[in-house]
Amino acid sequence: MAQLFDFEKPIVELVQKISELKKFSAEKDIDLSQEVSTLEKKVSRLKKEIYGNLEPWQKVQIARHSERPNFYDYAPLLFEDFIELKGDRLFADDRSIAGGIALFHGIAVTVIAQVKGKDTKENIKRNFGMPHPEGYRKAVRLMDQAEKFGRPILTFIDTPGAACDLGAEERGQGEAIARCLLAMAGYRVPVISTVIGEGGSGGALALGVGNVVLMLENSFYSVIAPESCASILWKDTSKAKEAAAALKFTAQDLLRLGVADEIVREPLGGAHNNLHQTAEELSQVISKYLVRLRSETPESLREKRYQKLRSIGVYQDKDQDKFALDLTKGLD
Amino acid sequence: MFKDIFRKTKYVTIQSAPSQKRSPSEPSPQEPPVISKRELPDGLWVKCPKCGEVLFTKNIEENARVCTTCEYHFRISARARLKLLVDENSFEEWDSEMISEDPMEFPGYKDKLLEAQEKSEMMEGVLTGRAAIEGVPVVLAFNEANFMMGSMGSVVGEKIVRAIERAIDLRLPVVIFSTSGGARMQEGILSLYQMAKTSAALGRLADEHLLYISVLTDPTFGGVTASYASLGDILIAEPNALIGFTGPRVIKQTMRQELPVGAQTAEFNQEHGLIDLIVERTQMRSALARLLLYHQEGAQYGATV
Repeated sequence: MAQLFDFEKPIVELVQKISELKKFSAEKDIDLSQEVSTLEKKVSRLKKEIYGNLEPWQKVQIARHSERPNFYDYAPLLFEDFIELKGDRLFADDRSIAGGIALFHGIAVTVIAQVKGKDTKENIKRNFGMPHPEGYRKAVRLMDQAEKFGRPILTFIDTPGAACDLGAEERGQGEAIARCLLAMAGYRVPVISTVIGEGGSGGALALGVGNVVLMLENSFYSVIAPESCASILWKDTSKAKEAAAALKFTAQDLLRLGVADEIVREPLGGAHNNLHQTAEELSQVISKYLVRLRSETPESLREKRYQKLRSIGVYQDKDQDKFALDLTKGLD
Repeated sequence: MFKDIFRKTKYVTIQSAPSQKRSPSEPSPQEPPVISKRELPDGLWVKCPKCGEVLFTKNIEENARVCTTCEYHFRISARARLKLLVDENSFEEWDSEMISEDPMEFPGYKDKLLEAQEKSEMMEGVLTGRAAIEGVPVVLAFNEANFMMGSMGSVVGEKIVRAIERAIDLRLPVVIFSTSGGARMQEGILSLYQMAKTSAALGRLADEHLLYISVLTDPTFGGVTASYASLGDILIAEPNALIGFTGPRVIKQTMRQELPVGAQTAEFNQEHGLIDLIVERTQMRSALARLLLYHQEGAQYGATV
């Protein structure tokens, strides 16, 4: 049985009622087709209404859904071929970051992706998708090869955040992430970063320095987890719902803020309802941007990526009148 | 021992220093420092959180805010640090009027900014500009702990990037003193991307063969550790400074893992190969001057290539 959220209950109840009605009608041989069709119309209306107006916290729940497709679900649908390459050559292979070379629409690309597990066993193996320094160092190693061989880089973001334990501190988590940011900013190959689930803080940003940043419709990308934010603001982690709204971290918010370039559509109710359809959407949108980026010169790719980063921020500069970008307007 | 650093009750208020009204707060970016109930009269005296010695505030101020008994480094404001480091009248401040907006309309942010401005006597959480250290010209940036624990929002990121870009134009080395709880929550994703922005600018500085020295001071955490603070050609820390990615309290809460005594100190970081040098505050000026002199030729090399 799929994981269900409170906000989905009205839909499920109605669907149940319809199936009961159908059963009753078959058993008693009474024609209820008109009632059934009315109810079915109501279901589809309800779905559009509920899924079309999800609150930030509901999107967080969908993004964290235990059956939400992860990178390994998408890989065989997105790539004609994928060879996973492992290890940072320094300490270990981090299984919360997968990397390798792949064929995407016939083009050789380097792929780096964060991977969460789908059950407890896999989550322990993948540290709940929270990479250690060796994961980020593997990412840089493989991305450096992409630069060397002129392959575009596709990154997929899906992490609650970077690992936060003693080992991560001992091995320089901060430095490992900073090196990712520095390296990605300097590449002369196209870089496309896609948030497919959770984009948790610096640990997510480490793979987010793309020429283009894409977000799946129900993903989010935040400076801090809503629970932690609620804990700091209200000393109460149960107010995560309020924090989720305050942080403005949904795909739609980020598009308005100029951080995300495009939102990739998900099937009604979330990617887990139709993996193939989601993969198809992802494939088309990524391909569209890849074609565009590949037509640019290496220097222009690097320069434009820098200018994109350079333009992020809202501030007032009295010396130079109002220097701020027009980003605030879209937020009203 | 080191654990004492976290004990709030041991902190006292210092009132004699003009730009450093309060003693160090705990390494949390959002909470205002807790003033001890055992406040000492008139702020004339201060108790060292490390050795417990009660010290004359005046003596501490005269000793670069370092304990005269055990050399514990008290936190210091950006301006006080600047004064200790640079040649007299050599500092030219940049972008001093740049201020934050509230792009997310985040609960309480506007009030927090006003509070921080009052407390720090700065417009924002970083002081940038150019100066000379023992005659060597350099571009400098200092996080201000009293401004929302030096957290990085749009303004901090932009001021640091502008400083780096000007260093490239002027062909000067860069020294950044970090003191920060990390990315500023109240500006959401915009704060997060300041990490990428500052790192990208440092990449350009490196392409120009220009020196960048990062000095990590107490505390440096989160998004600042995971961006510009870790990208120095040379990483220096002050003794005892707490440096890490995740704060000790969060590690304890989320991992239910008690950190060993001394974890995340400058010494711990050095032992694990994460920083080059530990330099006492009173020696910082001469240490930086020596390092800068070594690299003067490097900068010229970059210019002629």
